[in-house]
Amino acid sequence: MSFNSIIEKYNWDLVKESIYSKTTADVEKALMAEHRSLEDFKALISPAAEPFLEKMAKESRALTLKRFGNTVQMFAPLYLSNECQNICTYCGFSLHNKILRTTLTDAQIIQECEAVKALGFDHILLVTGEANKTVGVDYLLNAIRVVRPYFSNISLEVQPLEQEEYELLINEGLYAVLVYQETYHKEEYRTHHTKGKKSNYDYRVDTPDRLGKAGVHKIGLGVLIGLEDWRTDSFFNALHLNYLEKNYWQTRYSVSFPRLRPAEGLLEPKVVMSDKQLVQLICAYRLFNENVELSISTRENATFRNNIFKMGITSMSAGSKTNPGGYAVFPEKESLEQFAIDDTRSPKEVADMIKQQGYESVWKDWDKVFNL
Amino acid sequence: MTQPFKIGDKIFQSRLFTGTGKFSNNALMEKAIEASESELVTVALKRVDIRNENDDIIRHLKHPRINLLPNTSGVRTAKEAVFAAQLAREALQTNWLKLEIHPDPRYLLPDPIETLKAAEELVKLGFIVLPYINADPVLCKRLEEVGVAAVMPLGAPIGSNKGLRTVDMLQIIIEESKVPVIIDAGIGAPSHAAYAMELGADAVLVNTAIAVAENPEAMAYAFKIAVEAGRLAYEAKLGQIQNHAHASSPLTAFLED
Repeated sequence: MSFNSIIEKYNWDLVKESIYSKTTADVEKALMAEHRSLEDFKALISPAAEPFLEKMAKESRALTLKRFGNTVQMFAPLYLSNECQNICTYCGFSLHNKILRTTLTDAQIIQECEAVKALGFDHILLVTGEANKTVGVDYLLNAIRVVRPYFSNISLEVQPLEQEEYELLINEGLYAVLVYQETYHKEEYRTHHTKGKKSNYDYRVDTPDRLGKAGVHKIGLGVLIGLEDWRTDSFFNALHLNYLEKNYWQTRYSVSFPRLRPAEGLLEPKVVMSDKQLVQLICAYRLFNENVELSISTRENATFRNNIFKMGITSMSAGSKTNPGGYAVFPEKESLEQFAIDDTRSPKEVADMIKQQGYESVWKDWDKVFNL
Repeated sequence: MTQPFKIGDKIFQSRLFTGTGKFSNNALMEKAIEASESELVTVALKRVDIRNENDDIIRHLKHPRINLLPNTSGVRTAKEAVFAAQLAREALQTNWLKLEIHPDPRYLLPDPIETLKAAEELVKLGFIVLPYINADPVLCKRLEEVGVAAVMPLGAPIGSNKGLRTVDMLQIIIEESKVPVIIDAGIGAPSHAAYAMELGADAVLVNTAIAVAENPEAMAYAFKIAVEAGRLAYEAKLGQIQNHAHASSPLTAFLED
């Protein structure tokens, strides 16, 4: 069994209709519930919940404090390569985009690691496009070996792999894998991923199953907000989360909220999500699941980030560069980047802001000794 | 003043053990721990940079009264726990260990099978082992048999602040245990801690309720006096709770006729 066999039973339009027909009474019931169901989650992400935003935010904050305390986990992305054989309508790395392509060598990876380490980070997220000849599992295995001496906690955001390949990487010290579905709308997915391995929806949707079977410590989920109706997509993401938690109970989960940002000559979002709606979604996740980690990146602006981490967010990147070599090797070549970041403050500035608000920025919350 | 008590070869005056997680900063953590007068403070190995002599968490715990209790939070198996324990012993210069094996990252519930396995091995390796476990009386006896220094059953899921939901099992554990019983996890209010002490627990471990309070220092002090009050009441022998009023004419009086 895999998630594909679950999601096949659902009809996108019916789910959408059921979310949009939630009433004030449904929202009130969801807010009162001690254990919230998927139906409650639908109510909390529905338009009917919009007037309850402050209430949701307060509850979300209280639940997050109880579970995670006054802390925010800090991490940085490290882009290893922007080579990519996929055509994705929204991505700066898309095959036909005329950008400079590069894949970091060992010496360049080390240079980047030293720069990121000097910024204070101890949790690192390695990112690549999908170019199996140059950036296949062997490249990733080697990259983890190179990076491992520098960081306590290593995550990966790369192309979907086979279970056995994940097992190899976990043995080398990989902690987490982030694999966003982008959209759970099968037809819409195909229109955005027209060429390359990524065009295989079924393979992607079952990737977290392969990760769970491989025994990875953490799986990161998410949808690319802007491709389709975010409420319906988020319902399916929550359904996926629920399914995974039951089946791979030793794994922890995180959810991210990437909103489509302008990238080199690409698509305008089909659906625009307001800041208010993003707050609603984040709080709805927390009310639905007290334990899931919720992450926010530098795609969002400083003001939004200064406020949102108090309402349910548990991890944050800072000072991110989204081009390979961006920290030290090619600090000037911004044309290589995957998407433009909005919050350009340094990690220290972000940490100071967190401190001012009475929270502690956590840099180390893992140890290599646990990856044996 | 309450009676001191002993775990391994250490004598404790305070029956309130504390933790180091979830505070908004380490200076505040230090103040709260000071106010609690706690003598045993648990710290997650994964949060400490053991390669750094000036690690900020450890730096704030350097106090003659405080004994460190490294914990293995993050491990999923006995094998990982034993490895982590050895690293903690070397890095933090103590053979005391809070053994935590919770493969379930949602509720952080301890794995009894792996915990027993690891405890047995760690005792052989010379550790003073304090295992975090579910409130399971039989497991407590099995752990006692392999030589743990104390048992740490939970009152409710960790961080839940729900109080002593496992009270019936805790009472059996307290009644049967030959090693100290420290109630860990779930204690959300000073009244819960006082209740645990009234039941005869040897100590409690409190972290979340102190760390996420509006005023952690004041809350730490509140827990300190609640623990003392509960223990004093226990030592002074609480009156038994009566479920029925005493009948004025005893049912068995006819036997005397």
